[in-house]
Amino acid sequence: MQITVDLNLCESHGQCVFAAPEIFAFDDDDRLTYDAAPSDALREAADKAAAVCPVRAITVLAGS
Amino acid sequence: MTDPNRTDRRELVIVGASLAGLRAAQALRAERFTGTITVVGDEPRPPYDRPPLSKQLLTADARPTVPELPVPDGLDVRWQLGCAAVALAPDTRTLTLADGTTLTYDGLLIATGSTARRWPAPLPPHVLTLRGWDDTLVLRDALATARRLLVVGAGFLGGEVAAAARTRGLDVTLVEASAQPLQRALGTDAGAYVAALHRESGIDLRTSTTVEEFRTHDDGQLAGALLSDGSYHPADAAVLALGSLPATDWLTGSGLDAEGGVRCDPYLRALRPDGTPFTDVTVAGDAARAPHPLADHEPIVLGHWTNAVEQAATAARTLLHPDPPRPSPTVPSFWSDLHGAAIRSVGLPSRADAAEVIELDVIARKLEVVYHRRGRLVGALTAGRPGRLATHHRHLQQIVDAATRQAAAEAVQGN
Ligand SMILES: Cc1cc2nc3c(=O)[nH]c(=O)nc-3n(C[C@H](O)[C@H](O)[C@H](O)COP(=O)(O)OP(=O)(O)OC[C@H]3O[C@@H](n4cnc5c(N)ncnc54)[C@H](O)[C@@H]3O)c2cc1C
Ligand code: SF4
Repeated sequence: MQITVDLNLCESHGQCVFAAPEIFAFDDDDRLTYDAAPSDALREAADKAAAVCPVRAITVLAGS
Repeated sequence: MTDPNRTDRRELVIVGASLAGLRAAQALRAERFTGTITVVGDEPRPPYDRPPLSKQLLTADARPTVPELPVPDGLDVRWQLGCAAVALAPDTRTLTLADGTTLTYDGLLIATGSTARRWPAPLPPHVLTLRGWDDTLVLRDALATARRLLVVGAGFLGGEVAAAARTRGLDVTLVEASAQPLQRALGTDAGAYVAALHRESGIDLRTSTTVEEFRTHDDGQLAGALLSDGSYHPADAAVLALGSLPATDWLTGSGLDAEGGVRCDPYLRALRPDGTPFTDVTVAGDAARAPHPLADHEPIVLGHWTNAVEQAATAARTLLHPDPPRPSPTVPSFWSDLHGAAIRSVGLPSRADAAEVIELDVIARKLEVVYHRRGRLVGALTAGRPGRLATHHRHLQQIVDAATRQAAAEAVQGN
């Protein structure tokens, strides 16, 4: 699966980090980092992260 | 493959066509529900998002377009918009609409949200409230022509409106009854931080102050307001930001315990006053009063964006799989953008009996406050520290999970 985050939209709400900490994290400088090609086993968590992002910055696509 | 726990419901009705209503419809389809979904909404437009209404959309350079929520292709919903639900008869599973038509259902999901708390007396024109898109357009017009704005209530909504008005160069007076903005929600230190942000921007913040009365010109237009500190503030427009109330009046007499929000169980099934659940009526979003582990399982109205999204999914699932339903133990979260400070909270800071300030820097727009109740973590508030927020969220989720497990174990024992 492929993940993209539009960092121009991201307002550091952290909802994706709460929903899918396996994929999303904040680094030491409080910047959002993420695994752009996580395992398909994390699909449900990734979809949840996309659904709870208040600014809809996250896109989840099947495939690699 | 058939799921033994699945109901044979075919006709589902959702009341409220906003965030919770739309996300509930999406969740029903994601759960592969193939029957009909009718969404009833009193606003004459498709679902849209409310947080931008008090933020970007009030600024002078924002284009006034409705921040619509995307409706996925193929959602296959019958929208019944521009028509309020006015009565519910759960025994006959009948919903009555304002135009006199009735709808019957196999399952009902209530998502009627909340409304702005009203002033207890008649008001002159240009004393406004903000809840929906129409309010936004009226307020934008008022801000475009007014020179002096009075905002009553320095909660998040009032604070954001005041901040937006400042970016347009208006003189803004912000009146707050408590000693600090948001004192009850976030405590004194965080309140003082928010007060400092307001004052730094040039807002005339009057705390421990209330409006005694609005005064009008001879032509009936707003002239200003007399405050409890004896001062008089001329104003061309005023905004009342006195908090919100669940929009559940229409359920009076329905047999649901709906006063101050529809009381529900952890599965979001609506309850009768005697505490027994309706198995075919669930609630989500600002209209729901649901028990929360961080509130000692007392039913509370959360009234936040993420809560509406999360409860919509749970309430939809409960309708489809009533036996056994799954609870929704999540950590509440809230955000507000004030004068460039990205304020974010997790948990229930309002339930705390102690608040500890870890960091407070108004100029750098940084803040970290941690909240405890009876020695246990109950919430956290940050600005500009999302990494710290995520850490607190993780700890709160562990506490919520443990409390949920314990409550489930006690329920089994009690049976
Ligand atoms: C200006 C503003 C700014 C906000 N900013 C933030 C923020 O920064 N962060 C945050 O977390 N939350 C914020 N919120 C709160 C957030 O928007 C709400 O929690 C969310 O909208 C709740 O969704 P809901 O679907 O439950 O209710 P609502 O969005 O209130 O929708 C309910 C819908 O039901 C309709 N309805 C009501 N009664 C009936 C009836 N009898 N029949 C038919 N339809 C009916 C209403 O007209 C409305 O369309 C803000 C709210 C407002 C108003
Ligand atoms: S939820 Fe959205 S806005 Fe928040 S950090 Fe993730 S991508 Fe950014």
